[in-house]
Amino acid sequence: MSLPEDYLKYPHRSHGMDHTLYPWSNLMDRKPVKWPDDKSVALWITVALEYFPLTPNDGPFRAPGHMVTPYPDYRTFTTRDYGNRIGVFRIMKVLQKLDLKASAPMSVEAAKRYPALLEAVQKCDWEIIGHGMDMNHIHYGGMDADVEEKQIVDCLDDLEALTGRKPQGWLSPARSESENTLALLAKHGVEYVCDWVNDDMPYPMTTEGGPLAAMPHTMELEDRQLMVTLGQNEETYEEQILAAFDLLRQEAKTTGGRILHLSLTPYVIGQPFRIHILKSVLSKLVESGDIWSATGGKILEVWKQQS
Amino acid sequence: MKYDPGLYDYWPYENRPKITWPGGKKVAFWVAPNIEFYELDPPANPQRKSWPRPHPDIVPYSYRDHGNRVGHWRLMEMMDEFGVRGSISLSVAMCQHHPEIIEACAARNWEFFSHGIYNTRYIYGMDRAQEESILLDSIKTVEATTGQRIRGYLAPALTHTEDTIDLLAENGFWYSCDLFQDDQPQPLKTKNGNKLVSMPYSLEVNDHYAFNVYGQSARQYADLLKRQFDTLLEEGADSGTVMCIPLHAYLIGRAHRIGPFRDVLDYITSHKDDVWVTTASEIAEFYMNNCYDEALANIAAAQTPAREAS
Repeated sequence: MSLPEDYLKYPHRSHGMDHTLYPWSNLMDRKPVKWPDDKSVALWITVALEYFPLTPNDGPFRAPGHMVTPYPDYRTFTTRDYGNRIGVFRIMKVLQKLDLKASAPMSVEAAKRYPALLEAVQKCDWEIIGHGMDMNHIHYGGMDADVEEKQIVDCLDDLEALTGRKPQGWLSPARSESENTLALLAKHGVEYVCDWVNDDMPYPMTTEGGPLAAMPHTMELEDRQLMVTLGQNEETYEEQILAAFDLLRQEAKTTGGRILHLSLTPYVIGQPFRIHILKSVLSKLVESGDIWSATGGKILEVWKQQS
Repeated sequence: MKYDPGLYDYWPYENRPKITWPGGKKVAFWVAPNIEFYELDPPANPQRKSWPRPHPDIVPYSYRDHGNRVGHWRLMEMMDEFGVRGSISLSVAMCQHHPEIIEACAARNWEFFSHGIYNTRYIYGMDRAQEESILLDSIKTVEATTGQRIRGYLAPALTHTEDTIDLLAENGFWYSCDLFQDDQPQPLKTKNGNKLVSMPYSLEVNDHYAFNVYGQSARQYADLLKRQFDTLLEEGADSGTVMCIPLHAYLIGRAHRIGPFRDVLDYITSHKDDVWVTTASEIAEFYMNNCYDEALANIAAAQTPAREAS
């Protein structure tokens, strides 16, 4: 038994990355960034407003959070719907009280179906980020480029028509991209993408459709990842966010302003037994006096001015 | 296929010859940062898929890339603070992709050992010559970049063949981190009779298992490592033990984890009289020179005929 010769050939074995989307860069060697009012850490909160159809699409895979049981999966559908009806309003209340900004990746379908939710989001002055048509419209390697382009353009146009603003940012459903996604996003005027999880700060990307920035929309401190996927409790969730804040604040002293990104999922953190921990952790961050709360678009703007 | 790997004999954890580490220390402590390169679009191995989604599967790819952009620098600085040199489990193509990281480690006199070319090129399905070419490439690449002759191996993504252990013995390697049967080093059986040490590299205290398999928090992981150390220290009074902490900068180097990990290094290195803070090749060399032959004799004496169940 042996493997084909090509398996032991390494065509990209040279300095830097094995693709041309961005160069390698050491975070600690970059030009330090300064946030407004000299705050150490920019707090970027995102709230996912997703629409999961009762009829999941498996081409080529099912998005995380999607239906689980045989059709009709009322238990999952209604649990997700709980987030858009109840959970998100609890989050809004906490954020408003603390005067914190947020960005909301929103399925077009949710924006269309729930005008009251859209209105509430706009009243909070949250930034809306493109997040696909619904959680069935996945971008994936090998998909038809024209189909994908229509998916992206429709989403951006619909959100603009519904909100009066063209989204600056984009989070792909399930964070999944095709080989063309980045170029198409750049071509159609998207300024930043939230799918990549390799940095703690924004960084520039180069695509055939033009330049784009990757924002550090991480999975690391996501409520769903920690408390649902990994099964951690609320206290552990809070402890880790505070530990991250301490470290980033420390690092900011020598290497420039940092970003603490918190990804919130209304059907997770918006549960009655969990919402107290959001209040608790955000209050502690605010009390530190060392955070600058901003939307992704605003953080990017300040970062761009200095890099 | 073999019913039993046949790489070592059963050797119970009692009545073994006593190991005393240099300076009369009880625990040999080493830290193994895995410094890896994962390819975005590797060729397919017939027995294992690299990424779950169709190419480009950017999430697992970029998740790991975080280590080389961010996490590594945090981890290295912290190890400096406590005077701990890393023994690096290295995707040797890192010497080409990110020589900046390799140079920083070499300047600290850290040890390098091979973890394959890329962590997306698996050994499954290779013939003997192909697998040997991975070892030879590793030796040559690390030597050309750092001047260091590698002495250890951990198969890329833990993918092995029946030849792996013999190939190490035939190519001047001193130790393998591939087997998890023990908390002490021990001789491995090799066809050519060369000495080869099985080096304890615990999967159970690997940060990947702690965080992504067992779902632990940074604090829980730190507590776990301290308890691991406490037990190995207690047992090390009877006969020297080895404690390895296998790490990945893309996991331990995250902002919420590196702080709690600091407490671990502080705790372990504060036991100055009992802990030999060292590297894997130093442990292997000491073991081969001082313990190997006695261990072989003791293992042979411990073998008794298998009982019949009848």
